Amino acid sequence: MDNVQLLISGLANGCVYGLIALGFVLIYKATEAVNFAQGDFMMLGAFVTIGLTNTEYMGLPFWMALPISIGIMAGLGYLLDRLVIRRMFGQSQTAVVILTIALGFVIRFVAGLIWGHEPQTLQNPLAGREIAFGGLVLGMEDVAVIVVTVLLTGSLFLFFSRTKLGLAMQGASQNQLAAYYMGIPVKRVQGFIWALAGAVAAIAGILFAAKGSVDPSTGLLGIKAFAAAVIGGFGSLPGALAGGLIVGVIEPFASRYIAAGYSQIAPYALLLAVLVFRPHGLFSQVRVKKV
Amino acid sequence: MRIVFKTDYMQDIRPWKDRYQLSLYLILLAVVFAAPWVLDVFYLGELTNVLIWAIAGMGLMVLTGHTGQASLGHAAFLAFGCYSNVILLEAGVPFILAFPLAGVITGIIGALVAIPALRLHGIYLAIFTLAMSILVDDIIVLTEPWSGGVSGKYIAGIDLFGLTIDRWGTPMLFYWLVLAVTVIVTLGYINLLRSPLGRSFIAVRDSEVSAQAMGVDIARTKTISFGLSCMVTGWAGAFMGLFAGAFNNETFSVVISIELLMMIVIGGLGSIHGAFFGAIIIGFLPQFLSIAKEYVGAVFGGSTVAIPGLEFGIFGMILIAFILFEPMGIYGRWLKIRTFFELFPFYRKDMFKRQKSYLKTERLR
Repeated sequence: MDNVQLLISGLANGCVYGLIALGFVLIYKATEAVNFAQGDFMMLGAFVTIGLTNTEYMGLPFWMALPISIGIMAGLGYLLDRLVIRRMFGQSQTAVVILTIALGFVIRFVAGLIWGHEPQTLQNPLAGREIAFGGLVLGMEDVAVIVVTVLLTGSLFLFFSRTKLGLAMQGASQNQLAAYYMGIPVKRVQGFIWALAGAVAAIAGILFAAKGSVDPSTGLLGIKAFAAAVIGGFGSLPGALAGGLIVGVIEPFASRYIAAGYSQIAPYALLLAVLVFRPHGLFSQVRVKKV
Repeated sequence: MRIVFKTDYMQDIRPWKDRYQLSLYLILLAVVFAAPWVLDVFYLGELTNVLIWAIAGMGLMVLTGHTGQASLGHAAFLAFGCYSNVILLEAGVPFILAFPLAGVITGIIGALVAIPALRLHGIYLAIFTLAMSILVDDIIVLTEPWSGGVSGKYIAGIDLFGLTIDRWGTPMLFYWLVLAVTVIVTLGYINLLRSPLGRSFIAVRDSEVSAQAMGVDIARTKTISFGLSCMVTGWAGAFMGLFAGAFNNETFSVVISIELLMMIVIGGLGSIHGAFFGAIIIGFLPQFLSIAKEYVGAVFGGSTVAIPGLEFGIFGMILIAFILFEPMGIYGRWLKIRTFFELFPFYRKDMFKRQKSYLKTERLR
């Protein structure tokens, strides 16, 4: 029973990692760039929601603040693409990586200026409620996290594989120039995907802040989400979620059963192992290397 | 406008373009050699710090700037160099042996790391090295009997040729030691770039496929590049340990790795000058900010407030500005300015324009 409890809390944590990883994968899938600032985006989303709902700030009702903060983050994502990333069009991948790392520093700094460096929690209607069945006690927040993540991943997966816009995004990432010739508005598609990634980051941030406390350095969690995205294979949405769940579940079990000191290594050791033996992740999408 | 008129093939291979350029660098060398007599102890320390960062920057530049392999984990190799140097010194090995050995050990570790990393490209390599950098913190804690773990290690002065060299006691000697190593590494780097090996590094950076077609062994080239890069970084790490005097598992964190990569990007990827320019920015930015803060406090009244994270925020903004407006870094901007004057009035705006590459993925779905 103890293990089941560990498993559930691991799954809930893993879902948050999965959601951040989802943001990485979205942007990677559509623009072939990696947004190292996704974790900081999530932190910013959490703080925007805290700023809107918590009584010491604006004190809006929770359900009203939710769409507003998702909208704000989507807008920020779009603006970021419009003002910064779009100018990088045609430059190397590494340049975008370094740019987004720098962006993460700036976001952390700005969030620290506005909301301070004290850990804060989101006041929400789910806090403190519990569901009990068959001897298990589950926090409402954990259940909410798992349900929202599964729904979101599923709908994004369907969006990419079924809709015209989703296919256009894949086309734009596979060959920018060819996509242009086929009449895909590549730049607009990229703007849209950054907005989407911003919205996903806001949702991840809200769920994270509801479960625990956030402070400006929470964004460094993005590194774990990174491990998740790599383990799942960059470019696969269900893979990102699966990777997140693997990392999330490994953590509590490792800290329980492996000697202290070795336990926090577990997710990274797994990451290194995956990179060495299956360099493109467990759900690999690269089959043949073409010249 | 200066014209270099070449009459001999050796002129193409020589490290310097003409006597004028050579004399400029000799003057620079004389100035930095004489610096300890001019500067006070504080600024001498800062200059030493800049030189140490420049060595580390050159280490990363070989790998990232010239072989095109972005590494986000070089703090790990700084740590390896620092710890192996100190552990050798404590075992009674004289500094003159321990210091080069520390670099060689780090280089071998780096080459070993390169073997699994060879299969990885671009972002995957960056993530691999990032994970390694995170792990080093834990590894240092776990190997406490040798590394001292969380409580860390201390190093006082070292003995070299009968002199005691200490960062606090004899800052001038320490500065000259660092300067000597910097000069040796720089000369080695210049020579490397003239050699077939250095050319094959650049070939691998520009196109792996074409390099392979020209007969360059990609795996061997990348491994050597990793090894050389880590060796130089290890030396920088050994100096950082001596400079700081005390260090533990948190000294060489991931942030240092990221800082190092950003430093060479700001300085200018793919040039030795870039490592130095970047090191100057990294070294003097904190001082500059604290002076600026005092100045602002004095002008507008009120006390000087400490803003946590300010340094990194400003650093990030500088970096973003550089990547957007001057992707070739400070050295790239300097080249443009110099060309403007050398070719005056024939300079055109799109002289340095680079071809854009459009993206193609390797994924099938």
